[in-house]
Amino acid sequence: MDLTVGVLLGTFILSVLALFVFIASMAKGLFGSGGAAAVQIFDKDEMGAVEDPAATKKQRGNLQEAMDPGHAQVKGNSREVAARLRADQSSSLVVGVCLTLSVFWLVLASFAGLIASIKLHMPDWWVGQAWLTFGRIRPIHLNLVAYGWCSMAGIGVAMWLIPRLLKTELVGAKYALAGGVLWTVGITAGTVAIAMGYSDGLEWLEYPWMADIPMIVGGALVGFPLWLTLLRRKVEHLYVSVWYIAAGLLWFPILFLVANWPGLHFGVQQATMNWWFGHNVLGLWFTPLGLAAAYYFIPKVLGKPIHSYNLSLLGFWSLAFFYSQVGGHHLIGGPVPSWLITISIVQSMMMMVPVFAVAINQHLTVLGNFRALLYSPTLRFIVLGAMMYTAASVQGSLQALRAVNTVTHFTHYTVAHAHLGLYGFFSMVMFGSIYFIMPRVMKWEWPYPWMISAHFWLVLGGFSVYFTGLSFGGWYQGLAMLDKDIPFMDSVKLTIPYLEARSVGGALMTLGHLVFALHFFMMGWKFGPRRLGAALLATPEPEGKSATKTLPARGVSA
Amino acid sequence: MSVSVGKYEMDELRLVVGSMVILSLATALLVVMPYMLLKDTKPPAGLKPYTESQLQGRQSYIANGCIYCHSQQPRDIAQAPDALRGWGRASVAADYAYDTPHLLGTMRTGPDLLNIGARQPSRDWHLGHLYAPRAYTPGSIMPPYPYLFEVRKGEAKAGEVVVNLPPAHAKPGQVVIAKPEALALVDYLISLDRTYPALKAADDMAVDRKAAR
Repeated sequence: MDLTVGVLLGTFILSVLALFVFIASMAKGLFGSGGAAAVQIFDKDEMGAVEDPAATKKQRGNLQEAMDPGHAQVKGNSREVAARLRADQSSSLVVGVCLTLSVFWLVLASFAGLIASIKLHMPDWWVGQAWLTFGRIRPIHLNLVAYGWCSMAGIGVAMWLIPRLLKTELVGAKYALAGGVLWTVGITAGTVAIAMGYSDGLEWLEYPWMADIPMIVGGALVGFPLWLTLLRRKVEHLYVSVWYIAAGLLWFPILFLVANWPGLHFGVQQATMNWWFGHNVLGLWFTPLGLAAAYYFIPKVLGKPIHSYNLSLLGFWSLAFFYSQVGGHHLIGGPVPSWLITISIVQSMMMMVPVFAVAINQHLTVLGNFRALLYSPTLRFIVLGAMMYTAASVQGSLQALRAVNTVTHFTHYTVAHAHLGLYGFFSMVMFGSIYFIMPRVMKWEWPYPWMISAHFWLVLGGFSVYFTGLSFGGWYQGLAMLDKDIPFMDSVKLTIPYLEARSVGGALMTLGHLVFALHFFMMGWKFGPRRLGAALLATPEPEGKSATKTLPARGVSA
Repeated sequence: MSVSVGKYEMDELRLVVGSMVILSLATALLVVMPYMLLKDTKPPAGLKPYTESQLQGRQSYIANGCIYCHSQQPRDIAQAPDALRGWGRASVAADYAYDTPHLLGTMRTGPDLLNIGARQPSRDWHLGHLYAPRAYTPGSIMPPYPYLFEVRKGEAKAGEVVVNLPPAHAKPGQVVIAKPEALALVDYLISLDRTYPALKAADDMAVDRKAAR
């Protein structure tokens, strides 16, 4: 055996062993339930009480009925609940700003994506303007989605979760606000730069360094309040969502800084760095933020703790370890050292460990309560997102296998897979989270519940068309390219109907986003009927008072 | 809460240390090790540095996002029939000695371009193809790039490069003139030629690997 390979294999085995010892050192008795940490997101009377601020009063009644029929409503006046109200208030401005920006970017990004999609089957459409050419509007779509919509939404949700989970007020919200502003400046500058042709030329890293600087400083400023707040925490245990958020906010600025350092990377080394970043931005930034939200909202809506605390420990650390090394699978067949590819393929398969840890944990929490999905708009999005996380991850692992990768590499199949992760999983979870959070931030209900349903069915339908179309099209395209007797042009022509299907799916998704954005801004302007009762918060009205008089109590809730 | 906080607990210190150690491992593996192994890669004798014009063209290739549809990394014949399509032998790290930023690409919506200059060395063809892709490749879904050209009634001035379109696509009384950016881009495309033997390049790499050990 080659010495390099031997050393690497030894290091690999050692580090995996070390990882498991490390995880075991944190698990209180490997088979215990670790219950204390898991239940601390509930106050003392809250277990069994459902919560979904996005649900109508009727839905909430049904939801409670489905989960724990006899459970008494929680009193809205305990000390803990008052503390949570203060925690929510401390973050509401910065959360409101981040989420509003994220929705704005989502709409722009959707149109950029739709235009790019149509251009692939109508290549002579809108070709006069340089900034609208496929090679510019496509990276504009990716960057607006990644750094505009997903990052902003993720940061907003994280900012809202942190004070709640640490049971203290957000310290230094103004830093986060300044960070959000800088971040926005960076995205705007970077996007304009791509449109004008000033791209760095690396996928996921197109923004030139002038745009990167405000993003790095902004990202660090956003992370700062988290650590200030963490130091003042009033909880004994750090809930699993906190681990993910804290680690993600540490990882991202480092990744982004190293990847964008001018003049450091070269040639093929830059290619391995490119995919170290490209995959870590998914695995160590978006995935942690998405999982953090899912780990909070699923138990919170259902009123029951996550299935197993120890599993979440295993899931967290193995995700960090394995996910961070899978990037090389983007270069299978490329001019890079073969040991690097092999390690990345092995780690891609090892990703099954964290994926199943999370899957078991989240799906077992929901198992037996699927009726709850009918009544809770929040849960509908988040549980669907969690399922697509499992699907996207398993698909990703299989796709890293050489035999599969040989077919799917360089095809639209990969694009479908990327959307299963960042859209099916992450965006769905963010939609659900925003539906839960915004009523708290705005102290106002979602004005038209039918619009939530319309949003859900449009994006679900659109995405199903998108994903199946592109997956089949990409697979056939890959098979055609591998057959030496089929001319290359045939591999292009056969994809056309699938690319058209993708545009149809994408148009439905965009329409769904428009409904969502419209609803979001209607809420911002406090449109819509004031529904009977402070139904909003599932907060029991203080005894004997009528609904309309309880407005100040809004936001209290559980 | 029956379980008290003990030393076996996920806390801030473990979080920071653990997450940083893990990130360092991944960075060592995917960024630092390739850096050390590849930093002394010698350019193969058959590979020439880009000229000023070719570099400008390369910048144009980046600005217009050619990379989103075209790879520059033919795979080995054992894995895929890239060589049989005329895309060239499997590339090696040394082939990219002058390539920063790298343009390996991830899609083959269009063909691999690492050796496009070898299989299509005609400037006329490239200029015409950039202006009207479907005039040359029926069924192609490549966008045309009219903004790299100037269309004018009448004659071209001295020193201007006129695009010779196939007769069916040329409009009478009208000339299509390539702007400098189009000429530079075509210069770059024609320069893409790694048809010199790979063995030599691979040897250079092997030597470097040993040196790095």
